[in-house]
Amino acid sequence: MDRRDSLKSLLIGSVAGGLLVTGCAPDTTVEAPEQPQLPGYGRNENEKLHDQKVLADTYLNEHELATIAVLCDIILPANADFGSASDAGVVDFIDFIVKDMPNQQLPMRGGIAWLDAHSNKLHNLEFKKLTEEQQKAICDTIAFPGKTAPDLIHGEKFFTRMRNLTLTGYYTSEMGVKDLGYKGNSPGVWDGVPEEILKEQGLAYEPEWLAKCVDQTKRMDIATWDDNGNLLT
Amino acid sequence: MQVIESSKVYDVAIVGSGAGGGMATKILSEAGFDVAVMEAGPFFDPADDKYRTQLRWPWESPRRGASSDRRSFGDFDAAYGGWNIAGEPYTTEPGTKFAWFRSRMLGGRTNHWGRISLRFGPLDFKRKSVDGLGDNWPIGYDDVKPYYDKVDKLIGVFGSKENIHNEPDGFFLPPPKPRLHELHYINAARKAGIPVIPSRLSILTKKINNQRGSCFYCGQCNRACSAYADFSSGTCLIFPAQKNGGKVQIFTDSMVREVTTDKEGKATGVNYINKADRKEYHLKAKIVVMAASACSSARILLNSKSPVHQDGLGNSSGLVGKYLHDSTGASRSVFIPKLMDRKIYNEDGVGGMHVYTPWWLNDKKLDFPRGYHIEVWGGMGMPSYGFGFNPNSLNEVVGGEIGGYGEVLRHDIRKYYGAVLGISGRGESVPQRDNFCEIDNNVVDEFGIPVLKFNYKWTQHEVRQAKHMQDTFEQVLEATGGILLGDKPGADRDYGLTAPGEIIHEVGTTRMGDDKQESVTNKFNQLHDCENVFVMDAGPFVSQADKNPTWTILALAWRASDYLIEQVKQRKI
Repeated sequence: MDRRDSLKSLLIGSVAGGLLVTGCAPDTTVEAPEQPQLPGYGRNENEKLHDQKVLADTYLNEHELATIAVLCDIILPANADFGSASDAGVVDFIDFIVKDMPNQQLPMRGGIAWLDAHSNKLHNLEFKKLTEEQQKAICDTIAFPGKTAPDLIHGEKFFTRMRNLTLTGYYTSEMGVKDLGYKGNSPGVWDGVPEEILKEQGLAYEPEWLAKCVDQTKRMDIATWDDNGNLLT
Repeated sequence: MQVIESSKVYDVAIVGSGAGGGMATKILSEAGFDVAVMEAGPFFDPADDKYRTQLRWPWESPRRGASSDRRSFGDFDAAYGGWNIAGEPYTTEPGTKFAWFRSRMLGGRTNHWGRISLRFGPLDFKRKSVDGLGDNWPIGYDDVKPYYDKVDKLIGVFGSKENIHNEPDGFFLPPPKPRLHELHYINAARKAGIPVIPSRLSILTKKINNQRGSCFYCGQCNRACSAYADFSSGTCLIFPAQKNGGKVQIFTDSMVREVTTDKEGKATGVNYINKADRKEYHLKAKIVVMAASACSSARILLNSKSPVHQDGLGNSSGLVGKYLHDSTGASRSVFIPKLMDRKIYNEDGVGGMHVYTPWWLNDKKLDFPRGYHIEVWGGMGMPSYGFGFNPNSLNEVVGGEIGGYGEVLRHDIRKYYGAVLGISGRGESVPQRDNFCEIDNNVVDEFGIPVLKFNYKWTQHEVRQAKHMQDTFEQVLEATGGILLGDKPGADRDYGLTAPGEIIHEVGTTRMGDDKQESVTNKFNQLHDCENVFVMDAGPFVSQADKNPTWTILALAWRASDYLIEQVKQRKI
């Protein structure tokens, strides 16, 4: 999927007919231009305006995004069960976050430029046009903090930033959460650590402690107490 | 610009809709008063999908829940604003530090707080009698106990009866069972000789009425609960007050500039700026309740100058803004190899810890006064922005490459997911007259209102307490059998002591007392200088225990509201 298309799929489209903005005088109604909007996620008015501004903005160019896509998939390729970072929408995420966090802009742009300059020096080609083998050979020299040659240290900083953004983008995507196996964020009832896990850990609940804890079969019964604060229900 | 007058006269104008303002709204409206609630931010109701962030997934936010200047604690946290609010700056005296967290929305910071609901104990009201420092409150535990009891029953708090003298028991709902990392903490704390008990949080593990649901264990109390199963001021106090038929008018996006007074010096209402049209309005009221937060209320009072109140309203003692104090804080964490490659199950639990350590050394002679409690954190939480950063830094202790790329990163992430346990101390500082906020004579906010300037330094008391925390943390965390993370902060870093304000328990700016020269309000939160103005936030606290302030704000606001009603009945105000 093309990046612009996938960005569009994130949007619920513009507000039909545009927003009606009423000026001071009652007869001056102007139609605001159509603006992209995100589905609601509990934003207040200030936040909606901010998001719209960021969405309408551009920072990274097509070359930079294409390079990011290559790096994303070197950092987190597809496996038998799950897609790659770019399959999970990480390029769009990075495109957004770099606009949203101005302190990311220069290190990202400069980092990509450093990578291309380094690649040109070695192969007379920009990074994204190298073979996968050549790309990985460069990554091997900048992907392991503590082992980097002093003259490549700027590359290491950039690669670390890319790895962090790629992984955070992936594991906060729907695919990444499934890959991780996180099981919560859904209404349920917590009734203690599963027995098999307690055993595995060599742990057990003490009867005295458990006696204080909630009886989940009574969680919908309305609480009443005696005068001394003893729960009656 | 002309101030626009309201024709209506309210019985009470309540400035602020957080814990204190919410309680005043409920009690005063139920007594038949016609109440105006002034809130500087917008409306908020977590049950309305428009505002809801609970149960949303990280990918619903384009920044994956990252923090921003618009929400300091991230996109899904229910606090609009935070450390910085555009157009509403504050300043600090060079060489001093203070971080000020403001939440601009109906319900204020109660929408996102940790729900830790601890009663102050008998010692907490009389610390001067114990260590000779600071001052005693003019009231004691017995004065507040009946109100703590009522707050427990009205709002709901889980906990357990423990019969610890300075950690009074209440009317508790039963606590949830500990999670796995908490079981490790319990064992470690006991090995280190430190007590652990079930935590006490205002979350409904059982229903307390038919208007509010019971907890469904998503672990997201900081996002505000759509089932109203935790305490926030809007859902538990203000909305019920309205539903009970109370006369409650909410003014949102209304930024109060000052309390207005007549030529006798009695309050006549408040002037506020409507943020929508940026015009200034005068709202008339017979009584004003300040509940804008300790620092915001001090700011408004100091800005309310008149021929009768030349140094600001309630400030004849010169103490408005003085004795500002926050809780101390420090943290440490441990990696527990036994928790590597965990079997994954839903362990969200309630939003916050299920177990904690109350202060256990009241009877010990130490090189610092007062104490701290210990909070516990960890578990297999939902990823958000920042998850996956430095994915294998723990390989340094376990072995294996650091950094890298490819499929190996997936394994590293899984290996360490939920394998870290952290603990944090929250302690009591000693209030100082020289720690204060005042009006900055050089800076105004975007509404033209002079802003606060902070001047706050920790003393050796707090630094030594932080050292004790670090020694304790080391001892407890080593007892987990795990590997401690990071260096132990030493004297050069004040033992990891947080900066003033960072724990967001700021109190004391309008402290209560019997002596008008030494306090701002009387023991019923009423200004000594102006009988129809009350302060019902944490400003009147004489000292902030190691406990979180909210439960005491609620109890004192209820007590002060009862007193206010009685005074009106007796025609004294």
